[in-house]
Amino acid sequence: MKEKLSNLSNRINAFIESNKKIVYPVLAILILGLPYVGSSQYILRIIIMIGVYSMLSLSLGLVTGYAGQVSLGHAAFYAIGAYVSALVSISFNLNFFITAPIAAFIAGICGLLLGLPTLRLSGTYLAITTLGFCEVVRMVLLNWESVTRGPLGISRIPKPSFLGIELTISNFGLYYLMVAFLALTTLAVVAIVRSKMGRALMAIREDELAATMMGVKTTYYKVAAFVISAFFSGLAGAFYAHMIRFIDPNTFTFDTSIMILSIVILGGMGTIGGMFLGSALLVSFPEVLRFLQEYRFVVYGAVLVVMMRYRPQGILGGQKKTPYKLPKGGG
Amino acid sequence: MAFLEVKGITKLFGGLTAVDKVSLQVEKGEIVSIIGPNGAGKTTLFNMLTGVYTLSEGEIIFEGKIIHNRTPQEIVQAGLARTFQNIRLFAEMRVIENVLVGMHINTHYTFLDLLFRTKKFRSVESEKHRTAVEILESIGLKDKMHNYATNLPYGDQRRLEIARAISTNAKILLLDEPAAGMNPQESEELLRFIRGLRDKGYTIILIEHDMNVVMNISDRIYVIDHGKKIAEGLPAEIANNKKVIEAYLGRSE
Repeated sequence: MKEKLSNLSNRINAFIESNKKIVYPVLAILILGLPYVGSSQYILRIIIMIGVYSMLSLSLGLVTGYAGQVSLGHAAFYAIGAYVSALVSISFNLNFFITAPIAAFIAGICGLLLGLPTLRLSGTYLAITTLGFCEVVRMVLLNWESVTRGPLGISRIPKPSFLGIELTISNFGLYYLMVAFLALTTLAVVAIVRSKMGRALMAIREDELAATMMGVKTTYYKVAAFVISAFFSGLAGAFYAHMIRFIDPNTFTFDTSIMILSIVILGGMGTIGGMFLGSALLVSFPEVLRFLQEYRFVVYGAVLVVMMRYRPQGILGGQKKTPYKLPKGGG
Repeated sequence: MAFLEVKGITKLFGGLTAVDKVSLQVEKGEIVSIIGPNGAGKTTLFNMLTGVYTLSEGEIIFEGKIIHNRTPQEIVQAGLARTFQNIRLFAEMRVIENVLVGMHINTHYTFLDLLFRTKKFRSVESEKHRTAVEILESIGLKDKMHNYATNLPYGDQRRLEIARAISTNAKILLLDEPAAGMNPQESEELLRFIRGLRDKGYTIILIEHDMNVVMNISDRIYVIDHGKKIAEGLPAEIANNKKVIEAYLGRSE
């Protein structure tokens, strides 16, 4: 089982690597044509949620998968993005395409404010601090009623509109918006990972002291990764708020943080593809297992346990058999 | 003034004096060994030289510039790089990536360059990869550059750690027990390798337990015991020094 799984993922990797010119365009066409295959609104909504969780796990993956810093509070940035975008768009009657970047930016600033003092910590200490932060954010949302409307939440959040066209699920607008946001996130994360910054983050994960002795400014890189991660989580939050059109503090609980972390671990820490795969599996799982009714979360838990027993590095994680990709003209 | 001048450095841990007023001079192109019994304070000395610990007292001057109590990053930038007693490679990274991390401080492009894959980014990256492959070739690890560091045999891991230190553009390499755990044949090979480094112009400071290695390779030797320098000199002098023999073997009553 163990061998088969790792062989399979290696073969898939090798196949994609050697047929890049075919695989990527085909994939792009499939993604763009997906809504026309006649999927119902229900399925489209699940697919969009997979996209949202892919954004969240890609951004947490940068911090946890690449830099090795466990954050249990990523739902906080998701919440900040959602609330800021919702409130700004309602109070100032602004378009989603203006409020979403503002929301992402503010989430990033919150990431900086949290990251600066806490990223000197590591391991369990950092995990607990981020968990605390997540609860603080939720409590603020719950109790700062004059701004956040407290437990009532915010309803009738305007739909995103693009050139005067309202984007909905039925006209596929929200789907394509999600694809665009996810593409943006993926491109940014891939660019970071395949650079000196990505290597610095991985070095910090592998051995922080050795990284320091190689001249890597470890705190700087950890904070930078955290800010970028918060930024894209905020962007995902903004998208979610305007899609669902109703948010309240209970949308963004500790469970959401754990869900994002589970995706990162299940998909494979330090991978990009694993984030998509993990999101697809964990988001669709409760839906696929709906016939099991209240037992579905038992099965869900059991599957995670079995996964961790036989493939602790995640589905796509671990060492790759494909050779290291040298840049053009290098080596 | 010597290339590297260490003047009376002291490190206190609470009431314990781990390193006590040790002075050393290292000239350019030398291989200097630091030896001493277990717990003598050799690795603490390395940690002080490389900025892991701040000094309680004393001065470290490299090429006429004060480098003590600077951050490790500033010290690497100045030209001192080290290896570790227990190998500390980036285990789950490829061999070439380990070397590229070593080149981190000399890889210059901005965040926007890497985000937008600018021309500058691409040319710097391919240049650095070329250099990394050259370094790996020079130490005989080129055909293993795709491997993950953790999968390399022990001797190769030691050499990769040295390669990583070299790739920082260091002028002085501080090697902490590079021959530890090696068989005689491997340490013989390492001896040749370290000599080769000196011939390329590197200055080397070595902590070593293997007397065969130390006596064969060193230009000069410092002996430390209980945090104090008890002897210094040429290998032949050290081998016959009464204090050194006492420190290692005990006093005859």
